[in-house]
Amino acid sequence: MDLRPSAEQQQLIDAFGALYAKESTAERVREAEPLGFDRRLWTQLVDLGALSMAVDEANGGWGASLLDLELVAEEHGRALGPAPLLEAQVACRLLARTDGAVAAELLAAAIAGERLPTLSPRMPASGVLALVPAGAVATDVIVRHDDRLVVLPLGDDRTLPENVGSQPLADVPVDGSRLAEATVLADQAGAELLDRALDDWLVLTAGALAGMAERAVRIGVDYAAEREAFDQKIGAFQAVGHRLADAATASAGATLLAREAAWADGEEPGRRAELAAMAFSFAAETARDATDVALHVHGGYGFMLEYDIQLYYRRARGWANVLMSPSTAARRVADRRYGPKWAN
Amino acid sequence: MDFRLGPSSDVRRAEVREFLEAHMSLALEEQVYRTGVSHDEDFTRALVERGWMAPSWPVEFGGQGLDPEEMVAVGEELRLADAPMYGIGTTMMVATVIRAVGTEDQKAEIIPKALAGEIVIVLGFSEPEAGSDVAAAVTRAVPDGDEWVINGQKMFTTNAQIGDYVFLLTRTNTEVAKHKGLTMFLVPLHQPGVEIQAVFTLSGERTNIVFYNDVRVADSWRIGEVDGGWHAMTVALTNEHAAGFAAAIDRLLGAAETWARTTTDDDGVPRMEDATVREALGRTAIDLEVSRLLQRRVAWMAATDQPIVAEGPMSKLFSSEALSARAQDMVEVVGPDALRSYFDPTAPAHGVIEHMLRFSLGTTIYAGTSEIHRNMIAQRGLGLPRNR
Repeated sequence: MDLRPSAEQQQLIDAFGALYAKESTAERVREAEPLGFDRRLWTQLVDLGALSMAVDEANGGWGASLLDLELVAEEHGRALGPAPLLEAQVACRLLARTDGAVAAELLAAAIAGERLPTLSPRMPASGVLALVPAGAVATDVIVRHDDRLVVLPLGDDRTLPENVGSQPLADVPVDGSRLAEATVLADQAGAELLDRALDDWLVLTAGALAGMAERAVRIGVDYAAEREAFDQKIGAFQAVGHRLADAATASAGATLLAREAAWADGEEPGRRAELAAMAFSFAAETARDATDVALHVHGGYGFMLEYDIQLYYRRARGWANVLMSPSTAARRVADRRYGPKWAN
Repeated sequence: MDFRLGPSSDVRRAEVREFLEAHMSLALEEQVYRTGVSHDEDFTRALVERGWMAPSWPVEFGGQGLDPEEMVAVGEELRLADAPMYGIGTTMMVATVIRAVGTEDQKAEIIPKALAGEIVIVLGFSEPEAGSDVAAAVTRAVPDGDEWVINGQKMFTTNAQIGDYVFLLTRTNTEVAKHKGLTMFLVPLHQPGVEIQAVFTLSGERTNIVFYNDVRVADSWRIGEVDGGWHAMTVALTNEHAAGFAAAIDRLLGAAETWARTTTDDDGVPRMEDATVREALGRTAIDLEVSRLLQRRVAWMAATDQPIVAEGPMSKLFSSEALSARAQDMVEVVGPDALRSYFDPTAPAHGVIEHMLRFSLGTTIYAGTSEIHRNMIAQRGLGLPRNR
């Protein structure tokens, strides 16, 4: 057992950590609202190799492991990075798993920073592809249609709903003919390909939420260690300290589980999908609860927009729920353990 | 990074499973439950023959030199099987303290017998007025020549009725801060003045109140310095760092899976196909995984000589609270049949779910309540100020 990142992984963490410290400050996160997109941060992430690392050499990348990506995602979550890092990485990995010129071309353009692909975790319903993550800033969205995967260019007909997490979401009108005429990425196995991509997405989001929870606990602790009421630091009250202790404990568990799930992608393929759903479910609950506690200990100040903790509270909900609820993810764990249609 | 326990841990795990196959049975599990005594002479003898009384000790001291990761595998398997290890656990915990801070005579007298399974040593820490605040103990030890005279009362001395010695926390100085006036003794239990009164608990475990009335103990049975008892306690409790209840959650999950696979609802649909059941199973599996990771992290830190600060308390706190929450969930998901008791012939999966509900209650209380562990995490881990 070795729970320490390797020297190379530590370099990666340090490099991205330094970039986020400079280009994703709380001030920049606020400036990027309500759209939730900071183009300068995004350009620098792409320049640092955030997308080329996501795919292997054969696809023009440098083949980082999912664990490497997860460690970067923790930094992303810690800094609330206003950039579609996870969506684009997951889309690139999906493109790399499909054959054909269309996928290759889109992938190359993405790595070069010329196009920005995303994917939809949902199928179109009532003529709308709802709440496409990164859909407000992406150039293309990968969608499942029956058992095919198609790619749709994103145009001016999309609408951008204001949302709790200030995420660049889009509702995209998609009628039957548009889907039928769309460029096909994969003729079959669309469900499997999307599911595999969703597993990657769950793991990386788990990492981001774990990093976010860890940082939120720190913000809450720092405040509770400074603020005085009834003649003592409020962090000395067990009613405050114990809730933070619970949040810190869950946050440690969420980080370990997200890393284990990412590690299993290469090292324990039999448990990969189960661990991905576990990591997401637990990290989503952890970030939800940790940001709630950390905001609450601020008292009235936590309710003011001026304090940074509200930025964390809103994103903990947005980043998780745009994919699925913790309960849905727990049922996905069962699907992976026992099979989706359980048979004796 | 590598989340596997080392390859030798897999070997140890297989060895323990093979051992349990031969020496553990449903009948023995029921005996432990019905008597409330987690100790069995035949099982202990088999463990001694296998050389597994102190597997983590160096070979030259009678152990097998297993590293902390191997010990995780051994511990997980023994606890999953609910093997009768409690008496052995307390005996070897005290033997470990004696090895660390005892005199040569004490080591020569106690350690070979402990390793041979010939003695049972029990713990006398808690008192009626000193539970979580264990350093508030008032059981008095007063010197009289080269002996000490002990008077007082201890709570929760499990296995005292079969014990040979009690590792006793006493007050020897009332003039100093409470932590600085404590002294530890190894007191023989078979002597006048020791009165043992049975106490039965919700999990089925039998424990005891033990009264000490003018009990005499030779100074040669003092463990550590006079008024230096807190140090000996710290040595004992340090060995408890890797505490966690992942294996109990594993038992709960296994029983719930068995129930879900073998039971149908009123319409004949397998319970395993019910979304509520699947969600409860999924959540239990998640909490098991997190509990394992937190517990294994402590073992890895110990193996790599990293200072363990809040990580031990996090493991104990999370796994015990998760066990309680998931056991409660599962009882509600299973429905009325969950009320059928452990080892009642009509109970699903031997009634393990019902037992885990009752068992879980103790886990958030003994070895430091959840509140004590939250204090440790808040103060040592997060650096929050102490409560006044």
